[in-house]
Amino acid sequence: MIVQLDQIDLTYQSPDGQVEALRDVSFSLAEGEFVSLVGPSGCGKSTLLSVIAGLEQPSGGRALVDGEAVTGPSPKIGYMPQKDQLFPWRTIWANVTLGPELHRAGRKEGMERARDLLDRYGLAEFAHKTPSQLSGGMRQRCALIRTLATDPKILLLDEPFSALDYQTRLSVSADIYAIIRQEGKTALLVTHDISESISLSDRIVVLSNRPATVRAIYDLAELRHLPPLERRDHPAFRHYFNAIWKELDTHG
Amino acid sequence: MDEQVLSPQRQLYLKKQKQRKAAVFLLRIGLLLALFATWEGASRSGLIDAFIFSSPSRVWETLADLAVSGELLLHVGTSMGETVAGFVLGTLLGTVIAILLWWSPFLSRVLDPYLVVLNALPKTALGPVFIVWMGAGPGSIIAMTLAISLIVTILEMHNGFLSTDPQKIRLMRTLGATRRQILLKLVLPANFTTMINALKVNVGLSWVGVIMGEFLVSRAGLGYLIVYGSQVFQMDLVMATVLLLAAAAALMYWCILWLEKVLKKYMGVTV
Repeated sequence: MIVQLDQIDLTYQSPDGQVEALRDVSFSLAEGEFVSLVGPSGCGKSTLLSVIAGLEQPSGGRALVDGEAVTGPSPKIGYMPQKDQLFPWRTIWANVTLGPELHRAGRKEGMERARDLLDRYGLAEFAHKTPSQLSGGMRQRCALIRTLATDPKILLLDEPFSALDYQTRLSVSADIYAIIRQEGKTALLVTHDISESISLSDRIVVLSNRPATVRAIYDLAELRHLPPLERRDHPAFRHYFNAIWKELDTHG
Repeated sequence: MDEQVLSPQRQLYLKKQKQRKAAVFLLRIGLLLALFATWEGASRSGLIDAFIFSSPSRVWETLADLAVSGELLLHVGTSMGETVAGFVLGTLLGTVIAILLWWSPFLSRVLDPYLVVLNALPKTALGPVFIVWMGAGPGSIIAMTLAISLIVTILEMHNGFLSTDPQKIRLMRTLGATRRQILLKLVLPANFTTMINALKVNVGLSWVGVIMGEFLVSRAGLGYLIVYGSQVFQMDLVMATVLLLAAAAALMYWCILWLEKVLKKYMGVTV
């Protein structure tokens, strides 16, 4: 198991009192697996990503990444934020090499990796453009390449497609999915879009309302081998959709 | 785009735009000329007393005299130098202090009431204090401009820093960025526009500080000329100086606009 969450609790302290965000959350990700986290908005999905990314310490339980306890941000973890978050004052090249630029160690390899990724995914000719000159889909690709440039083992995707319109969203998510598979990365996707989670994932973890606990875990065995857009036509798609929808509705 | 074949509607539209632009320009010039003509006419016909209200021709003569004696350059140069020193220092110092406040939220909490009180205080009240402390000279005048522009700059810049997109900060942190790197590679470039805006505001505030300062400790400068002129009842000199001041302030503002354009182009900023 490349990611292992063991009875994670997280309670925020503030002058007005305390807020319990996560309660007894346990699940794990196998290497190369694509898992989605779905749950009602504001339930603590992003908080859970923060714990795995080492941005927040759980108040109880432990998080293991690649066998080691998480104590802070690690190069093993790549994070894809909501929207592409490309810096508008940087060129595409300066954006995708942001990660290597921050660390002396492995900078050269990171730059080469970024160049290679831009080449392979058809963005080399845009290296000297600014983000505003690119389409939403291409920007999303750049955001992924920026994450891949540091060669992480696990990608945390924090509703990265939520700002795109429906049409673009379908093709961009399929595109990103294909790249992640091709690069052989493990991925954990946070989304509140049930269809999106079914079309992309191997397994789906359903979280409850706050404090978030694991409601159910669905294994999409018969869909695994299908690409995202074809999954939407598979008879099992509706079955999973209804099951998850009900799960969220009754317990949400 | 379609340069070869312009549709008749397009041609008409472009023609109208051009006419409108010309009309605006001509009216602007015309308005200025009309103002001066009325002023001149009123003073010549005795409708207003030229001794008190001056007139464009007398202003012109005064300006010519000032230019010939070399005083024009001295006074305009003095005031402009002090203003530039004031807004450059104000913007830089304000940005540095805002960075410190961003770096330490604790410090920011501690200093908050001081900033609020200093911001509310009418800074001109400090003028006499500076003169006693720093003597009658450019030092006091620059201190005056700083007093007027610094606090606003700090508050403005700090606010800008704090409103940096939290998602981008999160991204930087997951990439393992240090606080220093977050500052240099994200917070400062993201607030480039805030800084230019602070600079623009500070140009105006600096002029207030410089003229205020020169009123109090005058030896040279446009403020000095205005006070001197009013004391010896030479209204020609006062009016000429006010017009000079308007021209100098406008010139400086245009320089900032130009600088903004150049910097934006250089930085590739498209926000």
